[in-house]
Amino acid sequence: MKRTVCAKSIFELWGHGKSPEELYNSLKNYPVEKMVPFLHSDSTYKIKIHTFNKTLTQEEKVKRIDALAFLPFEGKVNLKKPQHIFSILEDYGLDPNCIPENPHNIYFGRWIADGQRELIESYSVKKRHFIGNTSMDAGLSFIMANHGKVKENDIVFDPFVGTGGLLIASAHFGAYVYGTDIDYNTVHGLGKASRKNQKWRGPDENIRANLRQYGLEKYYLDVLVSDASKPSWRKGTYFDAIITDPPYGIRESTRRTGSQKEIPKGMEKCPESHVPVSLSYHLSDMFFDLLNFAAETLVLGGRLVYWLPVYTPEYTEEMVPWHPCLKLISNCEQKLSSHTSRRLITMEKVKKFENRDQYSHLLSDHFLPYQGHNSFREKYFSGVTKRIAKEEKSSQE
Amino acid sequence: MKLLTHNLLSLHVRGVGPRGFPLRLQAAEVRINPVEFNPDFVARMIPKVEWAALLEAVDTLHLVEVPKGPIERYEHDEKFLRQMHHVLLEVDVLEGTLQCPESGCLFPISCGIPNMLLSDEETKT
Repeated sequence: MKRTVCAKSIFELWGHGKSPEELYNSLKNYPVEKMVPFLHSDSTYKIKIHTFNKTLTQEEKVKRIDALAFLPFEGKVNLKKPQHIFSILEDYGLDPNCIPENPHNIYFGRWIADGQRELIESYSVKKRHFIGNTSMDAGLSFIMANHGKVKENDIVFDPFVGTGGLLIASAHFGAYVYGTDIDYNTVHGLGKASRKNQKWRGPDENIRANLRQYGLEKYYLDVLVSDASKPSWRKGTYFDAIITDPPYGIRESTRRTGSQKEIPKGMEKCPESHVPVSLSYHLSDMFFDLLNFAAETLVLGGRLVYWLPVYTPEYTEEMVPWHPCLKLISNCEQKLSSHTSRRLITMEKVKKFENRDQYSHLLSDHFLPYQGHNSFREKYFSGVTKRIAKEEKSSQE
Repeated sequence: MKLLTHNLLSLHVRGVGPRGFPLRLQAAEVRINPVEFNPDFVARMIPKVEWAALLEAVDTLHLVEVPKGPIERYEHDEKFLRQMHHVLLEVDVLEGTLQCPESGCLFPISCGIPNMLLSDEETKT
């Protein structure tokens, strides 16, 4: 429970039912020997009521607590600092516009622990000093850190670090963090602000300052301006986790450096970006580079966690990039729009990297269906969506 | 840029290979940044350190009291760990350059951030 942002609390269930009578019967059937250690006369306790999707008056709450008088409570009530907390949980469904008179389910249990949901509020992007257009939501960044099994004294790396949101979650769990990004301005904290009403970034807006805001500056190792397709790390395995959200080519462009010969005539150097030549970086190449890089630099057992943008009508599981050294642990979908979603992919390094491994994907069947991925950007903006919407409308008429 | 980072950086340009390490460090401005001492983390880093490269960097920066290599049972030697902690994590190069020993390419460090992007002349296909 010290890690999860998905669970609010955990209780030891003593009884449940679809009505108060069913609940009381269920409680009477719960073995007394299991109750007694928490109810004896030397202990203090408190009973709370949680209702989901309904508000009760104080009178209604007291009535429900009094109805439990048949339980063998022998301890003293202490509302401020009880040793044991018991809870009645009433479930009134999920529709706020249709609240039933009686609950669908009632539960009674002993509170054991709370999860870390308050981290979502305390690390909220709304209050963060330095944000970008695509800064990761706090809850998701903690989920990603958990997928990466980040622990104290790990080294975590984000090759598309942006404003450092993912590093913050890892640092919270005690990991030391590295980040790189091809965009000079973002890494240095310069340029236009992403906040409404703010034109330019202030001096306290950079990745290091973000960590400092949460008292995590000691976990900041370094950030570098670097092209993820041409990593600058020496041969070896030193990352315990690579946790990242690569650009999808929609709100941040996908770029890499290259030589003059590779670009079509007419494209000019972009003076602000400090990137000599910006080439389009095909999404499929980017993910294979990422997997190769992870296979080379992760310690054995280390994890790669990243988002894969997907055009939902054409998605199949075979599209998920594959590598002989990395085992797929999980693949979770988050819908972005009616026809696009992104998938949180978690992989674990299970085999030592050898030189021939970097080209295995060219021989695999997975490579061909994945090529379609390069046009994710086009599909996202295309008239295809309008056609689909039109078809849906006409089929409803 | 910390010296731990310098120790991990290398170039992978085609034709340079493993001789792209270590990058020759030149520092115009260095700052000592106190960082909370964490013996467990420092001990974890010791096996990853390339000592020749570290000593070369240390020499360039004229640092003193730097161990010449890992000592026996370093995990329990607080003095050794504190010295390594200082060298690897507290010395911060704010302005300077990194130079590839093979090709001679220069990478600037500004505000403590190295810029590892290769210019078009330097990228070979």
